[in-house]
Amino acid sequence: MSPAPVVGMAIPERQHCCDEVQLMLYNASLWNGHRIHFDMPYSTEVEGYPGLVVAGPLMGDWLHQVVDEWLGDAGMITGIEYSNRIAAYVGETVTAGGTVTAYDEGTGQVTLEVFVKNACDEVLTPGVITARLMLAS
Amino acid sequence: MSGLLSEDVLSHIGTQSAPRREIATRRDIRKYAIATDNRQAKYLDGDVAPPLFHLHLFWDVVPLDKLSPDGVSIDSLLPKFPLEKAMAGGLDITYHKPIKPGDWLTATRTLTDIYEKAGRSGPLIFYEVLMEVRDDYDELVVTEKTTRILR
Repeated sequence: MSPAPVVGMAIPERQHCCDEVQLMLYNASLWNGHRIHFDMPYSTEVEGYPGLVVAGPLMGDWLHQVVDEWLGDAGMITGIEYSNRIAAYVGETVTAGGTVTAYDEGTGQVTLEVFVKNACDEVLTPGVITARLMLAS
Repeated sequence: MSGLLSEDVLSHIGTQSAPRREIATRRDIRKYAIATDNRQAKYLDGDVAPPLFHLHLFWDVVPLDKLSPDGVSIDSLLPKFPLEKAMAGGLDITYHKPIKPGDWLTATRTLTDIYEKAGRSGPLIFYEVLMEVRDDYDELVVTEKTTRILR
């Protein structure tokens, strides 16, 4: 990473656009057979969604990744709190990012407010991540 | 208490699942990392598991005829609730130590709470499930609290 964290600092954002193949492979890797992720007639006609729904925990993973890439080998994620508020759909480009909200130089503990948002700037998946930086001694 | 939750439903608080023991493999870590768009070599090579990999390891593996028609596995930890429409839930996870290929891990899930609240358009039921993942030295690896809301 990255210079020392400063409260208020935004970390580099990253975009994701999940297609059918990625969503299939992700859910297959979990053993998640929920039809809203691969059965278009079911998702749109039975459940009333506008398309195939991106799996909630996949967006949770993107929250981790945007912080984990920023940390690199200089630290590790120690915790997260997040919720899936609004769905995303296959083919939609979403953006993951975050802002440092606290940093303790003594312990190396850093807290970030993180998000996945859509093109309309709606926050789909808000969260808070805590991480610990390895301190140079 | 408005009485939406019967004593029978509430008596399920404290129910614990049988422990599940699984091994983390390099191949599974690689598949998970690729499928999540990960671009860090240590995960793509499977040297260490990315955070949230425990979801992959402990997602319920159930036979096809035990899935509901919409393809979802029914959580045997839960009673039949008087409300069934699931709303957004939340996760609160603590990572105690990293997962590496070859690690045997054991997960235990406990239904820790069921309660109701008045929502804007009617009553809501909340329930919480705590999952503890431990290694073979009985040390905590991941703790995960899931809160789900039904309306």
